[in-house]
Amino acid sequence: MATTMTTETSAAGDPAALPGLRRPIPKWIWLGIIFAALLPLIGGQTGLISNFYFLQLSLMIVYSIAVLGLNLLTGFNGQISLGHGAFFAVGAYVTAILIDRYEMHYLATLPLAMIACFIVGYLFGRPALRLEGHYLALATFALAIAVPQFLKYRHFEPLTHGVQGINIFNPDPPFGLPLSPDQWLYLVVLACAVVMFIVARNIVQSRMGRAMMAIRDQPLAADTMGINSARTKSITFGISALYVGLAGALHAIIFEFVSPDSFRFELSIAMLVGAVIGGIATLSGAVIGGFFVQFIEKYADALTKWITSTVHLPIHLEPWTIYGIVLIVLMYTMPMGIAGGLASLWRKIRPPG
Amino acid sequence: MSNMLEVKDLKAYYGPSQALHGISFSLSKGGITTLLGANGAGKTTTLRAICGMVRAEGSVIIDGEPVTGKATESVVRLGVGHVPEGRGTFTELSVEENLRVAAYTRRDKAAAARDLEMVFTYFPRLKERMAQQAGTLSGGEQQMLAISRALMLGPRLMLLDEPSFGLAPLIVQEIFRIMRRINEEAKVSMLLVEQNAALALELADHAYVLETGRVVMSGTSAEVRSDEQIRKSYLGY
Ligand SMILES: Nc1ncnc2c1ncn2[C@@H]1O[C@H](COP(=O)(O)OP(=O)(O)OP(=O)(O)O)[C@@H](O)[C@H]1O
Ligand SMILES: [Mg+2]
Repeated sequence: MATTMTTETSAAGDPAALPGLRRPIPKWIWLGIIFAALLPLIGGQTGLISNFYFLQLSLMIVYSIAVLGLNLLTGFNGQISLGHGAFFAVGAYVTAILIDRYEMHYLATLPLAMIACFIVGYLFGRPALRLEGHYLALATFALAIAVPQFLKYRHFEPLTHGVQGINIFNPDPPFGLPLSPDQWLYLVVLACAVVMFIVARNIVQSRMGRAMMAIRDQPLAADTMGINSARTKSITFGISALYVGLAGALHAIIFEFVSPDSFRFELSIAMLVGAVIGGIATLSGAVIGGFFVQFIEKYADALTKWITSTVHLPIHLEPWTIYGIVLIVLMYTMPMGIAGGLASLWRKIRPPG
Repeated sequence: MSNMLEVKDLKAYYGPSQALHGISFSLSKGGITTLLGANGAGKTTTLRAICGMVRAEGSVIIDGEPVTGKATESVVRLGVGHVPEGRGTFTELSVEENLRVAAYTRRDKAAAARDLEMVFTYFPRLKERMAQQAGTLSGGEQQMLAISRALMLGPRLMLLDEPSFGLAPLIVQEIFRIMRRINEEAKVSMLLVEQNAALALELADHAYVLETGRVVMSGTSAEVRSDEQIRKSYLGY
């Protein structure tokens, strides 16, 4: 149907206004990607951006991939998961074990981590998807709680090193490129993200993507359209886990360390909050959501201390208070998420025509 | 003439509670049969049971093919277009995407494209609104979209669940006129569930009246219409 219908319908309506049609990726996004890819040259070589900041940027991008994965499930398919940190952990451990124990090339571990997470996600999704709404959320919650315990399990210690975790080392850039390991890994992470976002965009605009959204909007009507809901939902679960698993694997590589306690329950929540804050069911929202997750991880604590010491507040602030305040303010001012808020702002200020 | 749909002793269950207690009826090829009855009589459940959307026992035969116990998507693939109760609009998708979801199962892309053309001849209004978010369509337009979506499945049999629900009389008449055309021109047999008995009896050739999961009355539309007893006690007009 694809070709015939596209020509059919672009005559019928304004194709640019059709979210479901395959539109080219806007030029400014490509420019942004090129700029991001040149950062190690511009900022790195001049010393404007330190290795520390490249690590921070890499982490943001990694969380963006994770939030994107969760968004495919929650935003586009309408299934809530409180346990995606589990897949992040699985991806991270698969990569860490393959590097540490089997001396595999770090890049070669990525597809394996993705496949492993797809399988785990699919198999978990298969029975879990019989559960509706909050029951599914509970099952995923249990998964998030269980996985760190599982990683500490005594009989896996030869592989996982138990609570001590696994140290791996930043790889050197190949071909003698004049880059620091942090700069090189930033480029690797960026390339992965670009590929994964393009793939996600294609999925969302495909037959599969429409089926995912149809199930989200109207499960019964989706059945009447001949969509196999159970299959579509578990495949979506698998794909979502695959994305989050890749993020976990990249996290292990850039962070040079995995341990069961890196993947506590808060990570799952942060990802879900990132997805909602960025803008549920938008791809650009995942980028913002990823940045948000990293920002909160990194700065909520420092910001709290700074506010407490400079303003001399009469109350005691916890780091998570900032989290809560930011969350509430954003939900009030931008109920469609930051991506949605920016889009409507742009529609207002854009010159007419 | 063989029947498009043959239902025998159909029982359906929601969990432990039984909603259909063995109903039987048939629909001839190219015909329109209507199921009437008060709220909760089991009309929607009957359509769902035919499509394998609720647990059911008994026999459902579509154009000679037994379908009881089959998964919904296999029934749909036999050419069953179910226009669900409440229209089932995929609200966040555009009109075009709604129609494309319907072509999900189609292998023959050229036929799907022809069906889209056909949809436009019946509902030109949708053509103008292809890019609009479906949830923002008026009730009447959403009903048109629901029927169009079912048409995009290339159906031999359409199951229509209260297409007049919540719509202004003029729109209802327009939609019923188009349903008549679809039945005649596209040779689609129809099983029509309605609260609006007068309207349904005008369109259908046969009628069955359901009450608490049982068929209590049946006949040609003319018979049912002219029987004051039935009209007063079951149809309320
Ligand atoms: N999802 C469900 N779970 C449990 N019981 C249900 C469910 N859907 C319907 N029922 C019950 O099954 C019986 C038949 O309902 P059904 O929806 O088929 O009636 P209907 O004839 O379509 O009514 P209406 O005209 O109001 O749409 C009712 O007693 C109803 O309460
Ligand atoms: Mg009903």
